[in-house]
Amino acid sequence: MSAQFLQFLFSGITVGAIYALVGVGFSVIYNSSNVINFAQGEFVMIGGMATVFLSAAGVPLPLAIILAVLAAVIIGYLVEKLAIEPAKGSSVVNLIIITIGVSIFLRGLAQVVFDRNFHSLKAFSGTEPIQIAGASITTQSLWVIGGLVIATLVLGWFFNRTLTGKAMLATSYNKDAAKLVGINTGRILQLSFMIAAFLGAVSGILIAPIALTYANVGVMLGLKGFCAAMVGGLGNPMAAIAGGLLVGVAEALTAGYLSSAYKDAVAFIIILLVLFFMPSGLFGRKEVDKV
Amino acid sequence: MTTLFAKNIKRLIPVIAALGMTAGVAGAAEPIKIGTFLAVTGPASFLGDPELKTLQLYVDKINSDGGVLGRKLELVHYDAQHKAKSAITFVKRLINQDKVDIIIGGSTTGTTMAVIKLVERAEIPFISFGGAGVITDPLKKWVFKTPHTDKLAVQKIYSDMKKRGLTKVGVISGAGGFDKSCRKNAQTLAGTMGMTIVADESYGKGDTDVTPQLTKIKNAKGIQAMLFCGFGASSSIVAKNFKQLGMKIAHYHSHGSASAKFIKGSDGAAEGVRLPAAALLVAEQLDDSNPQKAATMAYRKAYMAKYNEPISTFGGHAYDGLMIAVNAIKRAGSTDKAKVRDEIEKTSNFIGVDGIFTMSATDHLGLDEKSFVMVEVKNGTWKLLK
Repeated sequence: MSAQFLQFLFSGITVGAIYALVGVGFSVIYNSSNVINFAQGEFVMIGGMATVFLSAAGVPLPLAIILAVLAAVIIGYLVEKLAIEPAKGSSVVNLIIITIGVSIFLRGLAQVVFDRNFHSLKAFSGTEPIQIAGASITTQSLWVIGGLVIATLVLGWFFNRTLTGKAMLATSYNKDAAKLVGINTGRILQLSFMIAAFLGAVSGILIAPIALTYANVGVMLGLKGFCAAMVGGLGNPMAAIAGGLLVGVAEALTAGYLSSAYKDAVAFIIILLVLFFMPSGLFGRKEVDKV
Repeated sequence: MTTLFAKNIKRLIPVIAALGMTAGVAGAAEPIKIGTFLAVTGPASFLGDPELKTLQLYVDKINSDGGVLGRKLELVHYDAQHKAKSAITFVKRLINQDKVDIIIGGSTTGTTMAVIKLVERAEIPFISFGGAGVITDPLKKWVFKTPHTDKLAVQKIYSDMKKRGLTKVGVISGAGGFDKSCRKNAQTLAGTMGMTIVADESYGKGDTDVTPQLTKIKNAKGIQAMLFCGFGASSSIVAKNFKQLGMKIAHYHSHGSASAKFIKGSDGAAEGVRLPAAALLVAEQLDDSNPQKAATMAYRKAYMAKYNEPISTFGGHAYDGLMIAVNAIKRAGSTDKAKVRDEIEKTSNFIGVDGIFTMSATDHLGLDEKSFVMVEVKNGTWKLLK
């Protein structure tokens, strides 16, 4: 029985870590602009697909990964430059709608540039699972979890210890005040898209051996990552990680103990409850309206 | 505007010609119009893309061989994607504007079901490439189909399980229409074929891990075999998780996993998976005495020569549909819709890519369980089980 529980937990942590990695990207952009970037799932897709196609073209895997991440960062920059920046001054809702358009565009583009099939990357450390107390976990899950831990530490350091990170936070707290103290808020927004694309692409590569990758893979991953960010509290990358793990583990336990038919429902019920009782998420900062 | 004008002029040409010449001469030059609507782009493009390529390939081929009844074939195509609404629009256009003689296609069950009313009302023969059994069962007078149904697939799987003495099955299925229909067949056929379903699990759209569901199947009492109902990336995810959990029971997939992508995407975890597939998948392994060998090999050669990409079994549905239509028109000696319909229904022993078709007034599919072969993944490729 406990082995079974442990197995469910492993599944939850694996899935939760995937949601969390995607969710962190939402938080980074939200942090500097209050925009929810619905193209975040597409950054994940670009990372995975580009790596698959580059390595299929004969590029060695490590180089393919670097190139794919670089491509995603450039696309992140272009998205901000060509889609978000020209709409500067429009309301946040308009910007969010633009990101939805961007996501549809990127999906279509991927079907043309890559293809419409699904692909997998080989697991980084082989496919032999690790056995722990009667339950098993793939080595790739450990890569995902490791990636998440590193992302957590680096982002924490970046936002709290570096000037650029602090400037980013300042921009999100109060854009006008940030401008007044000399922060180039335009640059900050560009940077946040590039960081989000970087995170998205890296997670896309890490999860491709588990979840596979295809042109539309970003749709559901983006949605679940968004849920993770919402549950944890938008704008706080650490909270997105907690949110992702919470949703993932809840899903796995529901599928295991209740019924797999209710799995998705439980995830959404958690989100509804959190939004109802704690509108800014479990760990989100309180929204204070200034009069 | 100009194109519309040109189209109208084009349509007038036969009339003008008829005024000057005898009507018979003008009529003989008129092409036979074959209408089709496929999911060439969008999420179901893996179906529509090879289907359209197959139709174009063989329409050209037939035309260069002199056409049908001395007339050329003309393919009128619209990309309806996986959308019922556009399917309705385009079929209306095919019937009313393009005045096609026969409609083939509809890549998915959804788009097919959406247009059945239109087709029945217009009384035009229609051969669908949609998968589900519901298209021709209950029977509709003007509607036929070529792909195997999931019911036949489940029958084939259960027969194979019984041969190995396995009767206790765990089913895992996704949220899509194909998955649900396959699961339903697995349940209803279990009763009639003496199988017991001891676990019934499902997963959601876009799920990345199904180990909790598989753990439950693994721990179900008396379980001997697992059946996966679904297709796409999920096929590989299920296979990977199956391997991760070190499961030892027999591992079956539906024909939805019958693509090379499944083996490649599973990173070795597909080894030992058994599934029913069209003979086309293992054409080169068929016995020479197998009547389907020649047909499947010929299709494969022609397709790969033209497009330089691997064949998919979906393109085979289009080949069969087109050939059944063309043969019926030949036998009817005209494009008279009622006559063509009757001749399609009389299709007998047509050796197609999907199987050997024998239709009747009560069977508008014309395939049985034998049209499937069982294959097993071995050393990263399909191995035909005899």
